[in-house]
Formats: sequence, structure tokens, C-alpha cells
Amino acid sequence: MDAVGFSSLGIVAITSIFMGAVITIQTVYNLVNPLVPLWAVGVVTRDSIIIEFSPTMISLVLAGKVGSSIASEIGTMRVTEQIDALEIMGINSSGYLVLPKLFAAVLIFPFIVIISMFLGIAGGWVAGDLSGVISSAEFIRGAQDSFVPFNVTFAMIKTVTFGFLIVTISAYQGFYTTGGALEVGQSSTKAVVFSSIMILVFDYILTQLILA
Amino acid sequence: MIELKNISKSFGSKAILENISAGFEKGKTNLVIGGSGSGKTVLMKCMVGLLEVNSGEVFFDGRNFSSLSFKERKPFRQEIGMVFQGGALFDSLNVERNVMFPLSMFTDMTDAEKRDRANDCLKRVNLINVTKLFPSELSGGMKKRVAIARAISPTPKYLFFDEPNSGLDPQTAILIDNLIKEITEEYQTTTVINTHDMNSVLEIGDKIIFLHEGKKWWEGSNREITASNNNELKNFIFASKILRELMEKN
Repeated sequence: MDAVGFSSLGIVAITSIFMGAVITIQTVYNLVNPLVPLWAVGVVTRDSIIIEFSPTMISLVLAGKVGSSIASEIGTMRVTEQIDALEIMGINSSGYLVLPKLFAAVLIFPFIVIISMFLGIAGGWVAGDLSGVISSAEFIRGAQDSFVPFNVTFAMIKTVTFGFLIVTISAYQGFYTTGGALEVGQSSTKAVVFSSIMILVFDYILTQLILA
Repeated sequence: MIELKNISKSFGSKAILENISAGFEKGKTNLVIGGSGSGKTVLMKCMVGLLEVNSGEVFFDGRNFSSLSFKERKPFRQEIGMVFQGGALFDSLNVERNVMFPLSMFTDMTDAEKRDRANDCLKRVNLINVTKLFPSELSGGMKKRVAIARAISPTPKYLFFDEPNSGLDPQTAILIDNLIKEITEEYQTTTVINTHDMNSVLEIGDKIIFLHEGKKWWEGSNREITASNNNELKNFIFASKILRELMEKN
């Protein structure tokens, strides 16, 4: 669980805080209509982070960190015959190596994304206040206004799907590595590229299916 | 005893093994020799079920192994130990845990019993005070010995070694050869060794089969090999000009 999730908390925290900060400042910058109250920035920041940025952006970050790690670990085991050694002992190597990672990802990724949501909104709040573009009171008022709990459920559905995609695609790339160190690196790169593409494709599909 | 009957294996249109039949006896060190790309490793992987044969059969003491499914092979697995070319030790486990690993898979031993058995096996391969080290901290010879300890821990009936001497200095290679010979005689295992090391061939080759271009070209013992008239075999064992001249003088 540590390798699949908790070790990524640092990069997730940094990404989330700056993501929230940028969303807040850019929303204020683009909010030129005097009929829209400034506290709406809080609403936009909260919903953008919950619905899209935390589940998708953080999953892309995790595809880079966790996906490449899974592909290179399993790929190295393949080229150094460690997987053959497991199979000689009658162990279903794919189940033995992949299932624990899959369970860990599906369990841990939602927690990481929830932490990312809090940090993202907090980042937006602090950045808005420090830069003076929106007061703390106005941001908090917006962040508390017309909250839709289903948005969090939707984000969790996306996160679990993305976690499944990251682990299965990366494990597949690692498992079918042939050759040596060069090919392990190539498998790792393919794992990140294919996982990222599939995250974006499924982001669209899930949004279309659930929200449209 | 392990018997191979008409084993053939190809990858796509490329034939790697063609119609190989052989018998490997219990309590003896059986060597499969041949140049790189001759099909030795593929033959060994077919024997242990890591690769499926295209045609032919593998018998372990009269039991047809090649006709069994993955699940049906499970009870056989406990009887098979294999030492891979690079050792194939699990990087994330220390030496003791590596040796205990097959015991966890095949037996109901308690942790203490497994630890005792692992330490016995490590002593048998002359390794002491390394139990807490990780594979990355071991030399090539030590890795091979840990791999042998792991292979013998569940007391297998059949032992397979893929190039056990590759990458080792001559003295360590002889130590490993002697260890394999001792274990084979002590545990009365049917041992099959892939090698192209001539020292091994001459020292421990109770029975030798020579593969060339995926076919069996010669079969005999270490006493017969130097007297063979098989040209391909002679080219293989006397690849060194100095050795050829020495043999001609004798």
C-alpha cells in the first residue's frame, strides 16, 4: 500500500495546492461580468477540483509515479527470471504479483484523491487571500454554497476506474517485457503513456455516461 | 528418472528443438551441452513446464508431465527445484526469506520450522551469517549458492540447473560443480544441468547429451566424450586450439 499510494502523498500535495491556487487566480482573472458575485470563485474552484482536477490530474500524476514503478518492477522480475522462479513453484505469477497491487490501488487512490481535494481547495483559498484577489470570507462563502454531494461520488467512481486502469496496464506492460534493461525502460514508458491516454479516454466516457 | 520422448518445440516458423528423446537417471548428474542458441534452455523450460512442447512427452518416473494442466501440475512442483542462470532470487526478500519461500508455498511448517530448514540448507551450501543480507549484497557465487539452497529446501526429487557456472571464476565454478554432485548423490535426485563449461563436462558429466541446431547429436558419458568421432561434438569441446593440440599429443 505504501508503494502504490502513501509514498506519492508528497507529489500529490504539491500538485494539489498549486492546482487550487492557479484555478482560483485564473477564475478571478476571467470573471469580468459584474453580475456574477466574487464569491462564485469559491464555487468554481471547489467544483473544478472535486469533479475534474483532483481525480483526473492526480491520476495522471499517479500513472507517472506508480504506473512506471509497477511496470519496471514486474519487468525486471521478468527479465531476471524471478517470474519463472515463481511459476516453477506452481504460483500463478500474474495473480500473485498483480492482485495485491490492484487491491491496494483501488483502496488507497480514493483516499489520496480526497486528501488532494482538501489541499486543492485550501491552496485556492490561501492563494486568493495572499494575492488579495478574493477575501477569505468570500472564498469560504462560495466554497460552502450549493454543494452537490454526488460530485464526490462521481469523483470516487472515476478514481477507482483510473486506479484499475493504471495498475492493469502497467502490470501488463511489465509482465510481457522481453530482453533486458533497455526493454524494461521501454515498458515503463509505455505503461505511463498508455495509462495516461486511457485515463483521458475513460474520463470522457464516464463524464458522458454519468453527468450528461 | 526423467524421460523425454520426441520433444519438438518451435517459435513461429523457427524450429528450436526437433524430435529430442533422452533419459536422465536418478542419483546422477546429467548434462545437456551445446553452443549458445542450440536449444538447451528451451529444452529445460519444456521439461519443467515453463514452455509447452509442440509435440512429444516428458515423463517424471513414468508420470506424463506434459499432458497435465497447470492445476494438475501443482503437486509435481514440490518435487521440482530449479536454479536459474542468474539465480533469480527475489530482490525484495532477504536470503533467509528467499530460501523459506518454497516452504511457504508447499508446506504447512511453522515459521520457526521453516527458518530452521532454511538455515540447514544454507549450511549445506556452505553459507553462514548471510541470512539477513539481500540479493543485491551478494557476490555471483553466493547468489548461485543461495539459489541452490532455495531449490533444495523442499527436498525435491528432480533438480534442474541452467548454466550454473556462467559468470563465475574457475575456482568458484568447481566449488559449485562439486556441490551439485554432492547434493545429487546425497539426496538421490535426478539432476539435469545445462552447461557449456568444459570443466563441468569432464568433472561431473555422468551422462551427457550434446545438442546442436536443436537436434541431439551425441549421447554418452564424460569418459567417452573425448574419444568421440562426432565432428560437431569435437568442434564444440575442442574449440580451443591449445586444448586440441594437447589432446592430440596425448
